[in-house]
Amino acid sequence: MTNIVQFENVGLRYGAGEETLTDVSFQLGAGSFHFLTGASGAGKTSLLKLLYLAQRPSRGVIRLFGEDTVTLPRARLPGFRRRIGVVFQDFRLVPHLSAWDNIALPLRVAGVVEADLEQPVREMLAWVGLAERAHARPATLSGGEQQRVAIARAVIARPELLVADEPTGNVDPDMAERLLHLFDSLNRLGTTIVIATHDLHLLSRVPHAQLMRLDRGRLHDPTGALRYPPKAAE
Amino acid sequence: MSDRSQTRVLDEAGGFRAMTAVMGIMLFLTVLATALGLGTLGAARTLDRQLAGRLTVQVVDGDPAARDRAAARVTELLRRHPDVLRVDLVDRAELQRLIEPWLGASASSGALPVPALIDVDLRREDAAPRVADVVRRAASNARVDRHEEWMSPVSRFMDLLTALAAALVALMAAATLAVVVLAVRSGLEAHRGTIEVMHMLGSTDVQVARLFQRRIALDALLGGGVGGLAALAIVWLLGRQLGALGSELLGGATLGRGEWTALAAVPLLFILLATLAARRAVLADLKRTL
Ligand SMILES: Nc1ncnc2c1ncn2[C@@H]1O[C@H](COP(=O)(O)OP(=O)(O)OP(=O)(O)O)[C@@H](O)[C@H]1O
Ligand SMILES: [Mg+2]
Repeated sequence: MTNIVQFENVGLRYGAGEETLTDVSFQLGAGSFHFLTGASGAGKTSLLKLLYLAQRPSRGVIRLFGEDTVTLPRARLPGFRRRIGVVFQDFRLVPHLSAWDNIALPLRVAGVVEADLEQPVREMLAWVGLAERAHARPATLSGGEQQRVAIARAVIARPELLVADEPTGNVDPDMAERLLHLFDSLNRLGTTIVIATHDLHLLSRVPHAQLMRLDRGRLHDPTGALRYPPKAAE
Repeated sequence: MSDRSQTRVLDEAGGFRAMTAVMGIMLFLTVLATALGLGTLGAARTLDRQLAGRLTVQVVDGDPAARDRAAARVTELLRRHPDVLRVDLVDRAELQRLIEPWLGASASSGALPVPALIDVDLRREDAAPRVADVVRRAASNARVDRHEEWMSPVSRFMDLLTALAAALVALMAAATLAVVVLAVRSGLEAHRGTIEVMHMLGSTDVQVARLFQRRIALDALLGGGVGGLAALAIVWLLGRQLGALGSELLGGATLGRGEWTALAAVPLLFILLATLAARRAVLADLKRTL
C-alpha cells in the first residue's frame, strides 16, 4: 500500500505561544479510513488544516501524494487541493449561492462544462437527502442541512483524499449513519478518508477504520500502526 | 469556471454598487472633456490653416488717386505671383459701408484717408513672408497684415484649452483607477471568506481574479455605458447648435467621424483599464495568502 500522506516530526505554532501540535509523525496508506479523536482544543482541526493545505507547519515534513508540500510553490497548491475534498467544521458554504451551486463549485473550479454538471449534482443532492432544497440559500437551511451540503460539495469531485472535520456534529443518528455509509462507499472506490469526530458511536460503524488520537497536540499511537517510518522498518 | 457561477459567487457587498455610480459620473465627465479637447484641437487646426494662408494688404495714401494707382499695381503684381491663389481688391463702396458705423458719413465724403484693402489667399502657408516682401518693395505705402499674427492669441488660447482637456482626461483616468482599486480592496475584504473557500476548492489566483474582473467589468460597463452615452448625446446636441451658428471659426470645432470614433472609444478604454486594474489588484493581494 502506497502512502498518500506522511507527517514527519511536524510541529505547528500559532503566533508566539506554545506549540499547538508537537512532533506529529504518521502515515496514511492509499485507500485507508481513519478517525481522528481527541478532546476539544487538542488540535484536530489544526492537524486537518495542515492536511488540506490551509496552513503550513512551523517545522517538520509533510508529504502529500508523494511530494513535499512544505516547500511546494504557491502556484502548485491548487492542483493538490483539487485532489482533496474538505468538509469544514464550520461548513464554509458560499452564502450567495444555492445548495445546488455550492455543490457544483468544485466541478466548476475544475472546469467541468455546465452540461456535465446536472447529473452528478442532482445525484449528490439526492444522496444527502436534499433534492427538495436544491435552490435554497445556506442561510435558509438548518445546521444539519448545511452540513450535508458541505459534505456533498466535498465528495462530488471524487477526491483522492477526503478530510472531514466533525461531519456528523449537527445531524440526527439516522442521518449520521447515512453519511457514514456515503463516506464508506467513497472509501471503497479508493478515496483515503480522515474524519475528525467526538462521536465514539461512529467508530464502531466502520470496522476497518483506524483510530488516531490527539492529546494536547501530541499524537497517541499505542499500536504503532501509524508510525512513520513504520516500526517494522526500524 | 463557467459563466453562470462566476457572476454570482460575489454578491453586491463591498462597494461594487457605489463604483457603478462613480464610473458613470467619471465617464460622463471624461467623454465631455475629451470632446472639448477634440473640439478645440479641431478649431485650432482649422484656424491655423485658414489664417496661415491669408494676408490683407492695406495701401494708405492721402491722395486717393495715388492710392488707387498703387493698389491696382499691387493687385496686378499679386495676380501674377506663383504663390498666390486668389486676390480680391475690396470694393470701395463695400469698404465704406463697413466703416460707416464707426466713422460716420464723412467716411464716404472722401475727407478721410480710407486705405485700399486687398485680400490675398496664398497657395502655400509658408509663402507669406516672401509675398509680403514683394508687396512692400512694389509700393512703399503698402502695409501687409498677416492674419496669423493678430489671431495668434486666439490660437494660443485654443491650444491651452486642448492641453487643459487632455490634463482633465488624464486626471479622470487616474481617479477612475483609484476608485476601481478601492472597490476591489473592499470587495476582497467583504468576500475574504468566499475567496478562502474558493482557494480550498482548488481555485487558482487567476480564477479568483476573474470573478472580480467580471464583476468590475460588468459594473463599469453599466456605469460607463450610461454616463458615456449621456455625454455623447450632449456632445451631439452641442455639435448641432454649433453647426447652426455657421461660424467659420467654431465650424472647426465640429467633430468628424474619426473624432466621434475616438470619443466612443473612451468608455471602452476605461472599462478595459478598470478590468485590468481589478485583475492586478486582486492578484497582488492574493499573493499574500497561502
Ligand atoms: N488560527 C489560530 N490562531 C491561534 N490559535 C489557534 C488558531 N486555531 C486554533 N488555535 C488554538 O489551537 C488549539 C487547537 O485548536 P483546534 O481548533 O485545532 O482544536 P480541535 O481539536 O479542533 O477542537 P474542537 O474539538 O473544539 O474543534 C486551541 O487551543 C486553539 O485555541
Ligand atoms: Mg476542531
